[in-house]
Amino acid sequence: MRLIGSYLIGLVFGVGISISGMANPAKVTNFFDFAGIWDPSLAFVMGGALIVTFFGYKVVLKSSGPFLDNVFHLPTRRDLDAKLLGGSAVFGIGWGIAGFCPGGALPALGTGRTEVFVFVGALLAGTLTAKALQKRMAAKTT
Amino acid sequence: MLIETTFTPLQSLAGGLLIGAAAVMLMGFMGRIMGATGILAGVISPSGWSDWVWRAAVLLGMITGPFVVLAITGQMPAVQVPVAMPMLAVGGFIVGIGVTFGGGCTSGHGVCGMARLSPRSIAATATFMVTTTITVFVIRHVIGG
Repeated sequence: MRLIGSYLIGLVFGVGISISGMANPAKVTNFFDFAGIWDPSLAFVMGGALIVTFFGYKVVLKSSGPFLDNVFHLPTRRDLDAKLLGGSAVFGIGWGIAGFCPGGALPALGTGRTEVFVFVGALLAGTLTAKALQKRMAAKTT
Repeated sequence: MLIETTFTPLQSLAGGLLIGAAAVMLMGFMGRIMGATGILAGVISPSGWSDWVWRAAVLLGMITGPFVVLAITGQMPAVQVPVAMPMLAVGGFIVGIGVTFGGGCTSGHGVCGMARLSPRSIAATATFMVTTTITVFVIRHVIGG
């Protein structure tokens, strides 16, 4: 049940990404090219996703818990720190260079395009490098 | 290399609605944030079998998304890459570093976190939108211009 449900939810996400244009680096980078060949489509992706999630979460999070787990796993931190802002700033630089974000690239793997595999391979390498760095930083402070 | 794209408000809105629907369902059924960063991180460095398996299932679902589009429209979704392979690899590596330290990306912070009005997610999203804009501007109009 958890498996089939998770698969189908991933599928809905993957179809959404595919038709939205988020899996297309040209479309993504053109959204940010206000001074050039601007394509405002991605504002509609973000707007549509935010409206559904905002109202959907309001309904869902009122219940005592999710159907297939005991609790809602929600982040509780509210403070801003250098890792959050620095990491996000760095992410934006990479997104601007490549035009893929993780949520756009993972479904795009299904197209079988070599470029997507190159991006995701590098994404994995960057993720593992950052995790190793985090471990070293944690070891130093304790 | 510039590739012009056409404005697709309806498809993009429909895609966005589906992305939101997936986020709401993952919270309602599994109690989890629909963030590509967290899902991928949980697949490559799992904390346990039951934790790994649902993320792997979501990931598999994501990857089969384009096939549903192919089955319905007769075409794979467009993937047009305006940069050379080495730049894609450099960009991918930088994205991996950034989202791991930032704890999320466009889906986790930009959609789920913003929808919860989380101050951290709003700050993260504002930050990466600004640096992405600057990066695209520099590549296209400073270096490339």
